[in-house]
Amino acid sequence: MSDVPGVGLAKGLAVTLKTMTRRSHTHQYPDVEPDLPPRSRGVIALFDENCTSCMLCARECPDWCIYIDSHKEEVVLPGAARPRQRPVLDRFAIDFSLCMYCGICIEACPFDALYWSPEFEYAEYDIRELLHEKETLREWMWTVPAPPAHDPNGEPAKEQAAAARQT
Amino acid sequence: MPVWLELTIRIAGVVVAFLTLPLIVGQAEHKVMAHMQGRLGPMYAGAFHGWAQLIADGVKFVQKESVTPAAADAPVFKLAPFVALLPYLVVLLVIPLGPGGLVGQPLDIGLFLVLAVVGLGVVSVLMASWASANKYSLLGGLRAAAQLLGYELPFVLAAASVAMAAGTLSLTGIVEAWRPWWLLWQLPALVVFFVAGLAEIRRPPFDMPIADSELVFGYLTEYTGLRFAFFLLAEYVGIVVIAALTTVLFLGGWKGPFGLDTELGWLWTLIKIFAVSFVVIWLRVAYPRLREDQLQRLCWLGLVPLALLQLVLTAGVKIAMT
Repeated sequence: MSDVPGVGLAKGLAVTLKTMTRRSHTHQYPDVEPDLPPRSRGVIALFDENCTSCMLCARECPDWCIYIDSHKEEVVLPGAARPRQRPVLDRFAIDFSLCMYCGICIEACPFDALYWSPEFEYAEYDIRELLHEKETLREWMWTVPAPPAHDPNGEPAKEQAAAARQT
Repeated sequence: MPVWLELTIRIAGVVVAFLTLPLIVGQAEHKVMAHMQGRLGPMYAGAFHGWAQLIADGVKFVQKESVTPAAADAPVFKLAPFVALLPYLVVLLVIPLGPGGLVGQPLDIGLFLVLAVVGLGVVSVLMASWASANKYSLLGGLRAAAQLLGYELPFVLAAASVAMAAGTLSLTGIVEAWRPWWLLWQLPALVVFFVAGLAEIRRPPFDMPIADSELVFGYLTEYTGLRFAFFLLAEYVGIVVIAALTTVLFLGGWKGPFGLDTELGWLWTLIKIFAVSFVVIWLRVAYPRLREDQLQRLCWLGLVPLALLQLVLTAGVKIAMT
């Protein structure tokens, strides 16, 4: 505790004066882009070339905000015993007015069809505009950054450990 | 120069000071408080670091609706902002800017007029709070009345000390009689006067009557539009007035180094006024609000005895000097 009465008062004045002399770290947002950390979550992008409409993302979503419609098409391959079937995605929509940005759909997808993008400036005046359809979600893919480098002090990826064991 | 022309120029000068100095202090408060808190303050109004923020605020307040509550005492309610604002205009009339009559009116009883008129602040606060027909306003107003009545005493005693030291009540006379060693002799009175002055204009840490996180906005709760803007202007004019009084009474007014008092006296006065205003803003940023009992204790058990001691010291040194 301070012995001399008034030391606390003087220290308070000193702190405010020191802060005043330092440059403030405010980023003036609309004029300056914010520097977002890697793996920032802004919007969910769909790489529909990879999607097999397994519906795992729609099932795992806690909010039920993913709507998927698909059908199966037959593909006849010459020399095959019977025609193969292949899923075709008719509709894939994410309702961002419901989405809580938990990322479970992206973790659940086994085919790497869903990705995080750091884009966040997609506010709308009408809530119905927040239902992004397949085409919009594919457009978000162009904004998905390359995955950040691995932490040099972290555990190696499972694939690396498996490869090391094989050699 | 004919009398009417001289009077017009003097009054016009005072009115210009009355309108511009508070805006400068207000803008400084925005920016200084912001930088002391590690942020930037207004940056958009006026394109260069938001210099026109207060002008934009003025325009905003003018186009807002001035609501009078239905149960309010309408004439008193509407008159309160003017009663808050005009006394400071009167005080600015007698504050000397420089030597050789650079003052609105060189009154021989200038200090007496100032102290009497500054006391009208209590009336405006009580008018605003009681006429608002709002229990939170009333609470704020009654707290303010207790605060302002209490702090009038050390305010007047400290001013009396320096008047005794100078041997005159005229503000011009006090500045002329001031010597640098008075900074030590009148130091307790300076501290008492400044703290009591802060309490008189209800500035943090003495802003318990407003207490904007506790009493909504205290006695100002029901005020909107231009009336509210006048109260805010009154707050900043109050800062300028207290800073000017502290400067003129205790810091030597227009006296400065280099012996250029006649040419640069007005500059020294303005620099000192802005320096004291900076301290007022600094105290707002750094200190939490005083509770009413802490505030009253500081006044009656701290400032009043200190002011009385200073009076004894002043009288003693005066007698020893002759």
